Amino acid sequence: MTYAPYFTEEHVQLRNMIRKFVEKEIAPFVDEWEEEGIFPRSVFTRMGELGLLGLHYPEEVGGQGGDYFSGMVLAEEINKCGCGGLPMAIAVQTDMATPPIFKFGTKDQHERFLKPAIQGKKIAAIGISEPNNGSDVMGIQTRAKRDGDEWVINGTKTFITNGTRADFVTLVTRTSEDPGPKGISLFIVETDRLGFSVGKKLDKVGMRSSDTAELIFDNVRVPHENLLGKEGHGFYQIMWQLQGERMIGAAGAIGGAEYAYEQALTYAKSREAFNQPIGNFQVIAHLLAEMKTEIEVCRELTYATAYRFSNGEVPSKEISITKLAAAQMGHWVADRALQIFGGNGYMAEYPIERAWRDSRLPRIGGGTDEIMKEIISKQIGL
Amino acid sequence: MNIFVLLKRTFDTEEKITIAKGAINEEGAEFIINPYDEYAVEEAIQLRDNHGGEVTVVTVGNEEAEKQLRTALAMGADKAVLINTEDDLESGDQFTTAKILAEYLKDKEADIILAGNVAIDSGSGQVGPRVADLLDIPYVTTITNLEISGETVTVVRDVEGDSETIETKLPVLVTAQQGLNEPRYPSLPGIMKAKKKPLEELELDDLDLDEDDVEAKTKVVEIFLPPTKEAGRVLEGELDAQVKELVNLLHKEAKVI
Ligand SMILES: Cc1cc2nc3c(=O)[nH]c(=O)nc-3n(C[C@H](O)[C@H](O)[C@H](O)COP(=O)(O)OP(=O)(O)OC[C@H]3O[C@@H](n4cnc5c(N)ncnc54)[C@H](O)[C@@H]3O)c2cc1C
Ligand SMILES: Cc1cc2nc3c(=O)[nH]c(=O)nc-3n(C[C@H](O)[C@H](O)[C@H](O)COP(=O)(O)OP(=O)(O)OC[C@H]3O[C@@H](n4cnc5c(N)ncnc54)[C@H](O)[C@@H]3O)c2cc1C
Repeated sequence: MTYAPYFTEEHVQLRNMIRKFVEKEIAPFVDEWEEEGIFPRSVFTRMGELGLLGLHYPEEVGGQGGDYFSGMVLAEEINKCGCGGLPMAIAVQTDMATPPIFKFGTKDQHERFLKPAIQGKKIAAIGISEPNNGSDVMGIQTRAKRDGDEWVINGTKTFITNGTRADFVTLVTRTSEDPGPKGISLFIVETDRLGFSVGKKLDKVGMRSSDTAELIFDNVRVPHENLLGKEGHGFYQIMWQLQGERMIGAAGAIGGAEYAYEQALTYAKSREAFNQPIGNFQVIAHLLAEMKTEIEVCRELTYATAYRFSNGEVPSKEISITKLAAAQMGHWVADRALQIFGGNGYMAEYPIERAWRDSRLPRIGGGTDEIMKEIISKQIGL
Repeated sequence: MNIFVLLKRTFDTEEKITIAKGAINEEGAEFIINPYDEYAVEEAIQLRDNHGGEVTVVTVGNEEAEKQLRTALAMGADKAVLINTEDDLESGDQFTTAKILAEYLKDKEADIILAGNVAIDSGSGQVGPRVADLLDIPYVTTITNLEISGETVTVVRDVEGDSETIETKLPVLVTAQQGLNEPRYPSLPGIMKAKKKPLEELELDDLDLDEDDVEAKTKVVEIFLPPTKEAGRVLEGELDAQVKELVNLLHKEAKVI
């Protein structure tokens, strides 16, 4: 369906195409990839080939020249594949690790990193969080020190999506002793540099098809050309990056919620208890009605905010509200869906327990619920 | 090479289908390019890319079919033609469609016409052959491979699982079977370009046809869904007794032996 001013007929066609791709080339393999704790690299190359990793990037950098909402279509549709992990890994590639390179990077950096990431030839990761600093980005300790034409990086990043096999990391570092925001700078670091290593692959409750790792930087030397944007401007740059990360996180949460809701709706129509479909019981019917309502409320909020974001505004209060609402809704919907499935909902044979586990993450990643509330409360004058 | 593809908009048989007032309920149904026609579109694009020329996709239908034509344009076809019969015809059959298509195609000097082997909705498999017959050109159905060199066309066709190789000459009409190729997904730039590609809309008048010329030769008497599958039955007891009961049931209840 077209939906002005957000989705045109072209978006509808794109949605059909992505749906077909997901049905044929992703969904049938999700169980296997969840089991293995990673999906094959070929998914990146295939999606790159199909142009799906660069929908909203301009053609000059190898993108498809679409608008912001074409990326939203991908986020919504791919999150109906039956897991949240793979979509999260793709979102890191398209909307988290690469936007700062596009926005702040040089032509040379576009060629070396952005283009191959859009083509699916290089896997990207975003390195913000550290063992001792997640929410407090300004407090990060990974240190980059200038040495002639090079920078020497030391530190540890953790919880890094795509971390076990990324080809480069968009890395947040501290470049001066100045404790304020001015001490932060971004680098693009290739993972084949001496001194880089993957500490360990982390085991986790959900998002299992996405690999998460700890990354160790031990005297890693990068040339000055790998500095992304201006020295000392990293904090502002990463705060900008996080806005896009939160928008796409919200879109993903909605796709995931829709998936869980659809499953629950179908189940409620066919599962019988006390000689009738459980959907006949008012509690269940109303539960589904509430789920649908919450999904639609968040969807409208997400579209409206994304529309402003796509027109160049950065409404950080509304983005935080959207991310908070969508993440909470996603988990709430998955939990109710599990309830509707009864005992089956708790079983691995049914798709709901995974949706439930995966839906927990958006309340943490990209800034926790509490951090969203911190941002909102400051902006409402507290 | 002047390439034409016959394309039909159909409902997606993988989605739930309901019947209302003796017809398939269009409300809530998903519409797609008939999957066999999608193979035809893909093959046409590949032919064009290898031999040069132009791909025109043609459909007989209503306004709604523009979406499927645009999808074919987004895949890479060059032009589309919608022969809109909505105002002229209440019903039609394979004869109607074939007659209209043949009338459109007769002066187009097509080198090759590709169609689907069958439409997944009405499933007759007649339109392609009928068009070829009306145009008086050879046709080969259910093809799984196609090679053209000069005027010579070498086709492999699927014959109930076996294959048969046939040689013929251009102009020819072929109908596509599954396995012919792997249809591409339309890309986003393709989708955006498709908006600007020519889509011509014609009515019967434009083809100098009257309703009477294309009046259906057959009539649909009834449409019904297959009976819903009933729950299976699990037999219990000693193995010997179960086998006996099974044979008994197959004989008396299912009446298959
Ligand atoms: C699966 C997964 C993938 C991830 N992928 C990436 C990635 O690719 N790149 C990356 O850089 N990071 C990634 N992260 C890390 C994620 O961004 C952090 O986990 C998140 O920002 C929270 O940081 P933390 O875990 O250090 O929690 P902490 O900051 O230690 O927070 C702990 C608790 O304290 C609360 N809290 C903290 N500060 C405040 C405050 N001021 N007021 C009120 N409450 C507060 C938090 O809300 C939370 O409830 C990922 C995490 C997960 C789980
Ligand atoms: C880990 C685990 C261990 C278990 N161990 C045991 C065990 O040892 N022994 C045993 O016998 N069972 C066991 N169970 C089964 C458990 O008791 C049932 O799952 C539970 O009673 C729900 O039944 P159900 O799964 O058939 O759900 P259903 O009855 O199909 O219910 C599905 C949904 O419909 C709702 N619903 C049903 N009827 C109504 C109604 N009238 N009005 C409103 N809503 C309604 C339910 O609340 C639920 O949300 C176990 C289950 C699990 C998950």
